[in-house]
Amino acid sequence: MTDAVTMLRRNVKHTLRNPGAVIMTIGLPVLLLLLFVGVFGGALNVGPMPPGGGYVDYLVAGILLMTVGYGSTTTAMAVNRDMTEGVINRFRTMAISRASVLTGHVVGSTIRTLISAGLVIGVAMLLGFRPTGDPARWLAVIGLLALLALALTWLAVAVGLLAKTAEGTSPFVLVVQVLPFLSSAFVSPDTMSPAVRWFAAHEPFTPVTDGLRGLLLDTPIEDSGVIAVAWCVGLALAGYLWARALFRRDPN
Amino acid sequence: MTTSAIAVSGLRKSFGGKVVLDGIDLDVREGTTFSLLGPNGAGKTTAVRILSTLIGFDGGQARVAGHDVAREPDAVRAAIGVTGQFSAVDNLLTGAENLTLMADLHHLPRADGRTRVAELLDRFDLTEASGKLASTYSGGMRRRLDLAMTLVGDPRVIFLDEPTTGLDPRSRHMMWETIRGLVAGGVTIFLTTQYLDEADELADRIAVLDNGKLVAEGTAEELKRGIPGGHVRLRFADTASLDAAARAFDDATRDDEALTLQVPSDGGVSALRALLDRLDRKEISVDELSVHTPDLDDVFFALTGHPTKEAVR
Repeated sequence: MTDAVTMLRRNVKHTLRNPGAVIMTIGLPVLLLLLFVGVFGGALNVGPMPPGGGYVDYLVAGILLMTVGYGSTTTAMAVNRDMTEGVINRFRTMAISRASVLTGHVVGSTIRTLISAGLVIGVAMLLGFRPTGDPARWLAVIGLLALLALALTWLAVAVGLLAKTAEGTSPFVLVVQVLPFLSSAFVSPDTMSPAVRWFAAHEPFTPVTDGLRGLLLDTPIEDSGVIAVAWCVGLALAGYLWARALFRRDPN
Repeated sequence: MTTSAIAVSGLRKSFGGKVVLDGIDLDVREGTTFSLLGPNGAGKTTAVRILSTLIGFDGGQARVAGHDVAREPDAVRAAIGVTGQFSAVDNLLTGAENLTLMADLHHLPRADGRTRVAELLDRFDLTEASGKLASTYSGGMRRRLDLAMTLVGDPRVIFLDEPTTGLDPRSRHMMWETIRGLVAGGVTIFLTTQYLDEADELADRIAVLDNGKLVAEGTAEELKRGIPGGHVRLRFADTASLDAAARAFDDATRDDEALTLQVPSDGGVSALRALLDRLDRKEISVDELSVHTPDLDDVFFALTGHPTKEAVR
């Protein structure tokens, strides 16, 4: 446990040393937010909205999803840097908890992502976003975001361990950037072509977005909350087991 | 009574069908320096990685600091320190932060950690650069920081994988001094190198590794004895002198074009004195004399019958 705290402290120092990466993970979602609200929003059909709601209200859940996705990609690169710089090999020859190396990355990344998400929500409110005032719903939003961050970060850690170079993590970056577009993040899947609509209905980002959106806007979330949690837990577990197996492998 | 710091028998390892270590036996006494000598690709790094618990092995037995490497890796890890060929420092942390990270991971109490970090920074001449990011350090500084990080936990057995490869002469001598200081403090050193002079300079015992097999083991003296390749090269002003000298040393090889004669010799002072005395007695004048001591190439050629595959210095 002490080792994990030490590793977390190392991770926090890295973040503070490298503010560029953090600005990117906040800057890109904010840019998308401005772009969609200011440019595309008026032309997009997102179905019925609660009274007084605008496109920004629909959009924020999807932008939060993108924020978590971008946040996890920096983790994939950080883990990969540790591997290629050889510092992980040093940790491996020390009598420390092996899990602490990866746990430090995951916890650090999750905290960083939640802070980014908070800033993104702040910007959205400046743009007219009017979320719920119910503290229980806010807690649920934070919980769901943290769970999603955990899931994507464990996957990112595995990808970072697997990739031979930092460039090798780019397929993962592509997936977390493109999948939100094929979900209910930006437009309602009802307007998509049948094949894409089928895909959107069955990919994890749709229930997560729907769940987040319902919680934020005080609208019913039906079963999307349960499905979202199930996806996140499943992905987190898969990512964790995958990362653990890769980490136990003999290094090259 | 002396005990083994490292005891290895029949160690085998292959990567995808290629045998890298083909049953090696080693015994390193506590408080001594042991050097594994060999060219690139001989299996030196693989041996270090296995003994430092980084990778597994396919057969044989290995004990380090009294613990079985395969069964009690954590006990081994608690006793060892490793400095590899490529520095394993955290580039996004400063020199001092890198050392503090190690102190924290060794669970040193805060105050003790601070003292230890300051002491190591001073010892490795890094105090001035302690607040700078490790990414800005020169090669020699990185290597020093790397070794300092290894020493934070006071390891009893230290693995140094080619610690001076790529270092300038000054840093190299500094590294040698540090290693001598560690051994004086009772630490066991397992050193790999491709430089014979380094092994000669530091090691109590040397093992020569070639293609995954140990081809020789002993003290530097034992190894160098009986290794041909050392010779004295004499150059003469004219053919007459060369002829006279060639008659005086019948085991020599002559080169008529260059007017030189190669006389086998260990290059030692007494051998040189005897050689010069003999030339004096025969009244042969020599233009130029150069001494060629056996190097790794000679050792390899003598022990394995083939030259080192990689260019060595």
